[in-house]
Amino acid sequence: MIIGKEEFLKTAGAAMDVLCPMHIFVSATGHIRHMGPTLKKMRGGDALIGQRFFEVFDVSRPRVEASMAGLTGLMGRKLHLRFRDAPCTDLKGVMVPRMDEAGVLINLSFGISILDALADYSLTSRDFAVTDPTIEMLYLIEAKSAAMEASRTLNQRLQGAMIAAEEQAFTDTLTGLKNRRAMDHILGRLLEGGKSFALMHLDLDFFKAVNDTMGHAAGDTVLQKVAKIMVEETRDMDTVARVGGDEFVLIFNRLTDRKKLEEIARRMIARLEEPVPYNGQMCRISGSIGTVLSTDYDAPDAVRLLSDADIALYASKHKGRACHTFYSDDLLGDDRNLAPPVGREAG
Amino acid sequence: MHGLINTAIQSFTRDTYGDDTWAQVMHHADLGFGSFEAMLTYEDQQTLDVLASLETVLRRPREEVLEDIGTYLVSNPKVEALRRLLRFGGVNFIEFLHSLDDLPGRARLAVSDLDLPTMELSERSPEYFALTLETSMAGFGHVMLGLLRAMADDYGALVMLDYSAAGQGRERIEIRLLESDFTEGKSFHLGAKVG
Repeated sequence: MIIGKEEFLKTAGAAMDVLCPMHIFVSATGHIRHMGPTLKKMRGGDALIGQRFFEVFDVSRPRVEASMAGLTGLMGRKLHLRFRDAPCTDLKGVMVPRMDEAGVLINLSFGISILDALADYSLTSRDFAVTDPTIEMLYLIEAKSAAMEASRTLNQRLQGAMIAAEEQAFTDTLTGLKNRRAMDHILGRLLEGGKSFALMHLDLDFFKAVNDTMGHAAGDTVLQKVAKIMVEETRDMDTVARVGGDEFVLIFNRLTDRKKLEEIARRMIARLEEPVPYNGQMCRISGSIGTVLSTDYDAPDAVRLLSDADIALYASKHKGRACHTFYSDDLLGDDRNLAPPVGREAG
Repeated sequence: MHGLINTAIQSFTRDTYGDDTWAQVMHHADLGFGSFEAMLTYEDQQTLDVLASLETVLRRPREEVLEDIGTYLVSNPKVEALRRLLRFGGVNFIEFLHSLDDLPGRARLAVSDLDLPTMELSERSPEYFALTLETSMAGFGHVMLGLLRAMADDYGALVMLDYSAAGQGRERIEIRLLESDFTEGKSFHLGAKVG
C-alpha cells in the first residue's frame, strides 16, 4: 500500500508517540514541529509547537552555540538540557537526523530528576512508554525504602535492648549503684587516661548482725539507705560501686586533697551510724574506710590501688572500726594490716 | 517463613483486636518470644502455630481470619506502603490482575529472600478470570481472596470472587468483573511517598 507523505508523517508521528512519549521533531529552521504526549502534558498541550527549540530548552552540556548548526554537531551524543521556564526539570536526551525530511529527532527522559518531575507534573504510569522501566524503578525505590524502614526499626529496637542489657550488666540491681564490673571498667579508664583520683574502700561494720537478727529484708533496706547516703555525699562525676555484700568502692574523680577526703569520709561514717528504722526496730551499723590517692604512685595500677586501699581499710578496722585511714607504706610495718581482721566477715 | 509474613499476622491482630489479644495468641502458641521482627526469618511451623493459636483465641475459622488479613493488608492505613506497591501493578483493576503473575518476582526484587506462591492468571473472557496459586503455604489463597477484594475496592471496581481448593497444593480464585468503574476508588500518585 502506497500512502501519501502527509499520511506517512501522521502514521510515523503516532508510532513515535507510543514508543517515545517524550520525543521532539525539530525542523531544519530550528522550530519545534511535534512533541510526544508526555512532553505536551508537561507543557500545557501544543503551546510550544512552532517555537524555536533554543527558546524553550537550555542545552547545558555539551555547551554549543544556540543554533541549528550548533545543535546538529551534537548528533548521537548524550545531551543534558532543561526547560528555560519553570519548572525547569533537568532532562537528558539524544538526537538523530530525521529520515523523512530535513530536521532532527530528539528523544528525552528524566534521568534522576524523575522524583521531582512526578511531583511537578502529576505523571502516571500511562505517561511512560510500556517498555520504559521507570515505573519498575519507582516501585523498587518505594519497596526498598519500606524494607529499609523495617530494618531501621529492628536496629533501633536492638540498640535499645543492647543499652538496657549493658546498663543491667553494670548496675547492682538492689541499690542501683554501679557493680564490680562497672567499677573495674571505670578504674581502668581513669588509669589509662592518667587521671588523678582518690579511691575509697568502704566496708560496713555490724551489717551481718542486722542481717542475722532482723532478716534479709532489713539488710536490704539498710543497703539501700547506705547507697543513698554515698550517692548524696559524692558528686555526679564520682563513682559509687557495690563490689561485695557490704563492701563499696568510691572513686573521686580529680580529687586528691586529703583534707577534703577526710571530711567526706567522716561525714559518711557519721551518717551511716544514724539508725535506720525497720518494722518498728532500729538497725544500727557503721563503716570503716581505707583510701588511696592515685597521685601517690609513679605508675598506679588497679590491682595495687585496690590492695593498698584494702590495707588502709584493715588498719581502720584495727583502730576500732568507724575510722578512716589513708594508705601509707608505714601501715605495712604492722602485720595485722596485711590480712583481714579476724571476724571481718562478721563485720 | 519470612518475618514480613509473620509481622503481617501480628500487625493485623494488634490493630484489629488489640495488644492483649496478640499477647494471648503468642502465649498460647508458646514460641518463647512475644513478637516477630519483619527482617528475620522464622521456622514455618512457628507461623502455623501462631495461626492455630489465632483460630483458638479468636474462636473464628482459619479461612475467615486469613481473608481478613488479606483485606487488612490493603485497607489499613498503617500498612499503606503495601497498598502502594500493589497499585504499581497497573492503572486499573484488570491491569492489576495481569500484574499478579509478576508479584512473586516483584516481591523478590524488594526483599530477596521473600518467597511468595507462584500465581497464574488465565483470562477466560474479558470479564472473567481465574487466578491459580501454587503454594506450600496452605490457605494463602484465602489471604489473596481478601487482598483482591480490597484491591478491587481500591480501584473502584465491582467484582465477584469465588474461592476453591484445586488439589495438590493448588488454590483457585475465580474473578468476575461486573463493573470496572463502579466507584471512584482511592487515589494513587506515583510520587506520593518518594521525593
